[in-house]
Amino acid sequence: MTTPWYKLRKETVLALGGLTLAWQFASYFFPPYLFPPVPAIAQKFLAIFLDPESLANAGATAARIFAGLAVAFLLGVLLAFLMGRSERNYRYAYPLLNFIQGIPALSWVVIAIIWFKGTEPRILFIMVATTVAAFSFQILDAYRSMSKDLFEMTLSFRPSKRDLFRTLILPTIVPGMLTAWKVNLGNAARVVVVAELVGATGGIGYQLLQQQQLFDMAGALAWTLVLVVFVLIVQQVITKLEDWLLAYRPRAERST
Amino acid sequence: MSELNAVVADAAIEFHSVVKRFLRHDRRDESFLAVDRLSFAVAPGEMIAVLGRTGCGKSTMFNLLAGLIEPTEGTVRVLGHDPFREFNWYRGKLAVVFQNDRLLPWRTALGNVELGIELLGKEEEERRAIALGWLERLGLKGHEHDYPHALSGGMRQRVSIARAFAVNPEILLCDEPFSALDELTGQRLREEYTQLVRENGKTSIFVTHSINEALQLGERILVFHRPARIALEARVAGGDREAIRQRVLEAMNPNEPRLAEEAA
Repeated sequence: MTTPWYKLRKETVLALGGLTLAWQFASYFFPPYLFPPVPAIAQKFLAIFLDPESLANAGATAARIFAGLAVAFLLGVLLAFLMGRSERNYRYAYPLLNFIQGIPALSWVVIAIIWFKGTEPRILFIMVATTVAAFSFQILDAYRSMSKDLFEMTLSFRPSKRDLFRTLILPTIVPGMLTAWKVNLGNAARVVVVAELVGATGGIGYQLLQQQQLFDMAGALAWTLVLVVFVLIVQQVITKLEDWLLAYRPRAERST
Repeated sequence: MSELNAVVADAAIEFHSVVKRFLRHDRRDESFLAVDRLSFAVAPGEMIAVLGRTGCGKSTMFNLLAGLIEPTEGTVRVLGHDPFREFNWYRGKLAVVFQNDRLLPWRTALGNVELGIELLGKEEEERRAIALGWLERLGLKGHEHDYPHALSGGMRQRVSIARAFAVNPEILLCDEPFSALDELTGQRLREEYTQLVRENGKTSIFVTHSINEALQLGERILVFHRPARIALEARVAGGDREAIRQRVLEAMNPNEPRLAEEAA
């Protein structure tokens, strides 16, 4: 089980505390545009949460991450089932998805700028393109790992297709779905910043661009921390959901 | 069909000259024979034990009965219908107890017993009452809300038996369900199973590789030889058990009479 945030391990506290102290120590020897003091970063970080406009920027990024992941997830589920149902579908879809997965996020940014006019469609496209293949493969793996024994057992009761999905397939793929969300959330957070750097008029990526133009390292770090905190909070929420949904598993088999 | 089978009227289960061939995995153009012109019949309410060595086609016969595979030739009739082509007709009429318990790990003991009844579309209150009744009957009161990983092997197998009985099927198919259990637990469950089948008037086919188990659970024993065909058919009820055991041993070891003698 993941350690709750309020019960941080001693090693975690020491590692993060050590990094903070080292940064603060460096700030005594370097100019603030390279190593701003920790209190200055903390002040900027708190200011983001007290200013409604800054909060709206953070919210915009969060909304883009969720929208992109939701669309990619739905597409991924559909593709995974099409591939899972037929070996022929799999043989056609696998190389395409593998190819898509190999395209760098920056290339998708360029393609999106050329193909789409508005900012939001561009960002949505980039988010979906960079995460759909991973969702498909992870859900397909979960589907294929379904126990043949349990499938035969359920089939022996002659269920309808809907009942088979509800009683066997869905509970089988839920752990894979949750893992896919956790993994893709980290990827999406990295990609959304790149996407917002190009052409967006709001969001964390846009704010990072502003800080770069002002040479404000404290501001850049504060906005970066906002994104990291957001990802950590959502991952904790998914972990809690996982612990609740997978409560049937022995404790040792749950998320670590 | 043999003489014993010829007298079965209005059979619950009928195999008529059933042949099953499988394609070889390594050489797709070649096939191997798993079941060879198998014919037998089972009367309603009869308990049959199918005995044979590993790989003799017992499981193939079992899957043909459950409608999970289609015969290459011949006909299989269960309650007068084709279990493969009329698969859904058997909803609630046929239940299977497998070699391993095959419990859904995300459901509690109660949830697992409710599975079959739930798939029959019964209301929650009704299915809960039925499932609780079967769990109590099989000595699992107090474990209703335990997940499978928290139950012992014997308890899990009891849950799987309760799951099969809960749908109140006319026919019960069992594929060596007690083979993985320790002797004492296995013996207790065999007794409970026999009692439940008799009390509820079920037709039962019990696949096993243990002669003792076959003698205990079968009113009639069918000994299979590879590829699945009947080498011996013996009526246990009212017969001399030791003589039947000797005949079964000889039928199972046709080329090794001394081995059979020693084992006897």
